[in-house]
Amino acid sequence: MKILVCISNVPDTTTKVKLTDDNKQIDNAGVQWIINPWDELALTRAIELKEDSSNTIDEVCVVNVGLNQSDATLRKALAIGADKAIRIDAEPLDAYFVAGQIAAYVKENPFDIVLSGIESSDYNGSSVGGMLSEFMDCPAISSMTKLDVENENIIIHRAIPGGKQILELKPPFIGIVQKGITNEPRIPAMRGIMMARKKPLEVVAAVELDSLSHIVEFELPKAKASCQMIAADQLEELVHLLKSEAKVL
Amino acid sequence: MNFELTEEQEMIRDAARDFAQRELLPGVIERDENATYPTEQVKRLGELGFLGMLVDVEYDGGGMDAVSYVLAMEEISKVDASVSVIMSVNNSLVCWGVQKYGSEAQKQEFLKPMARGDKIGAFLLSEPEAGSDATSQRTTAVDMGDHYLINGIKNWITSGGTASTYLLIAHTHPEKKHHGINAFLIDSKLDGITIGPHENKMGMRASDTHSVMFNNVKVPKENRLGEDGQGFTIAMKSLEGGRIGIASQALGIASGAYELALKYAQERKTFGKEIFKHQAIAFKLADMAVEIEAARFFCLKAAWLKDQGKPYGQASAMAKLYAAETAMKVTTEAVQIHGGNGYVKEYHVERLMREAKLTQIYEGTSEIQKIVISRGLLA
Repeated sequence: MKILVCISNVPDTTTKVKLTDDNKQIDNAGVQWIINPWDELALTRAIELKEDSSNTIDEVCVVNVGLNQSDATLRKALAIGADKAIRIDAEPLDAYFVAGQIAAYVKENPFDIVLSGIESSDYNGSSVGGMLSEFMDCPAISSMTKLDVENENIIIHRAIPGGKQILELKPPFIGIVQKGITNEPRIPAMRGIMMARKKPLEVVAAVELDSLSHIVEFELPKAKASCQMIAADQLEELVHLLKSEAKVL
Repeated sequence: MNFELTEEQEMIRDAARDFAQRELLPGVIERDENATYPTEQVKRLGELGFLGMLVDVEYDGGGMDAVSYVLAMEEISKVDASVSVIMSVNNSLVCWGVQKYGSEAQKQEFLKPMARGDKIGAFLLSEPEAGSDATSQRTTAVDMGDHYLINGIKNWITSGGTASTYLLIAHTHPEKKHHGINAFLIDSKLDGITIGPHENKMGMRASDTHSVMFNNVKVPKENRLGEDGQGFTIAMKSLEGGRIGIASQALGIASGAYELALKYAQERKTFGKEIFKHQAIAFKLADMAVEIEAARFFCLKAAWLKDQGKPYGQASAMAKLYAAETAMKVTTEAVQIHGGNGYVKEYHVERLMREAKLTQIYEGTSEIQKIVISRGLLA
């Protein structure tokens, strides 16, 4: 069985976001790019399954919709243990566009399991997995916290309010991965980094597709005001400030 | 001229950083205080391939360049120099020598398990009365025909208690001075080897440092590394590369302390503002940043020369001297910036300061580096 893991290339979570182009674009200058943390968990679980010889998972590929700034991120995925990377060469305009591009690739190159993170740490769209299932006309299982393969059966745990749901199904399906699917993302080993040199990173042309939305403007949260300390015996002053300045009373 | 790292070098640096932050930081204070050997952490270091990252792929190493090694050593040393010294000795003092001078059989038997991290190597040069002055070796390896008979004491041996393989330097023909020295690969379990007590060190307390005594230890003839009399060259050449490792370690100790001080200076307030906004502290941090950057250039230059196959002995001595002195200065200032908090263990900087001191001493003191550098000026 083959697994495809969808990878978003996102700014490192410690990046200080700056805006350009009338607040319509994130300024990419100096940004360190990483694998979206939820996608990285999905990839780690996929590789664990491939390494476990008791199942029939024998190939793990990763796919990204993006420009060449994604290449370093994809090579890291190869170093972690993916067998092949595919980059669909286009700016990822919105979730519909991204899902449509991946679906077009998967229709030509079928996979048994397609995994994506439940959200991406840049735009928090949480939509690609669901849209992909619609494009491909196969089930999407959201919020997966456990994924096991036994013969031809897939065993999945899902987080639901107040407990968990256990499902069994047969491929193909889209798995939308939540935290808990594995312990920690993998650190690439020297051997993996070396082997990644020889693994394929295939760049494919995007298909004709319009996005359904466009960004009007980004807005950064207001900077936090500095903390003002009031002496413990100045209760009246505290109430006054809460009323007149913080306006919470 | 190009100051850009390759994508792969950046990936190695990031992998080392992730490993250090995720797997070395938890428990580092306790391991240091209790002088607990980092067994699990060293095992992981081997699994990730850092213990043999410079060894050729055909001998189970990572086949990485020296620039990548500097980057990895810096990141690991920012957090735990006890772990990075084990990595440095295994890579640059022991594996390098076996790869460069070893026979095919020696590489199969000794190099492969060390490159994988299944076995740890130790470098046995220093003696009670001979350190960098390697010709004053008292340890003898007498040629008995079919084997060598080893007698003597080696001091300050990093990984002395845990290593499975020793690279030992000893005199076979004392009358020939440095042409009479040999290097040997020795299984640490051989009869006649006694490991002395764990040294109670000021810093890098989690790495195990011991003296090792040899009493009529029989070493097979085929375990001699290199030609008869080549031991001195092997020792000196190994130390040239070792200096890049320790220079990078010193760099990491300095940059680790600097990062902590920079963060603390933006959080701690006095007189109504963050201490970073006081010029006295801001200028300290500016000085620290400049010296660390200079030390980094020294380390990367020495590594680059090594990767290009050019002579790097002078460059690695300069890197080791400058980085070690920088580590001592920067860590002392980091403690100062932390004030009273800097003097207690939970803030890490006092430990980094204790670790920095050792980088001025081992694998050639700062004074020895000046001897090497000054002799090189006239060469």
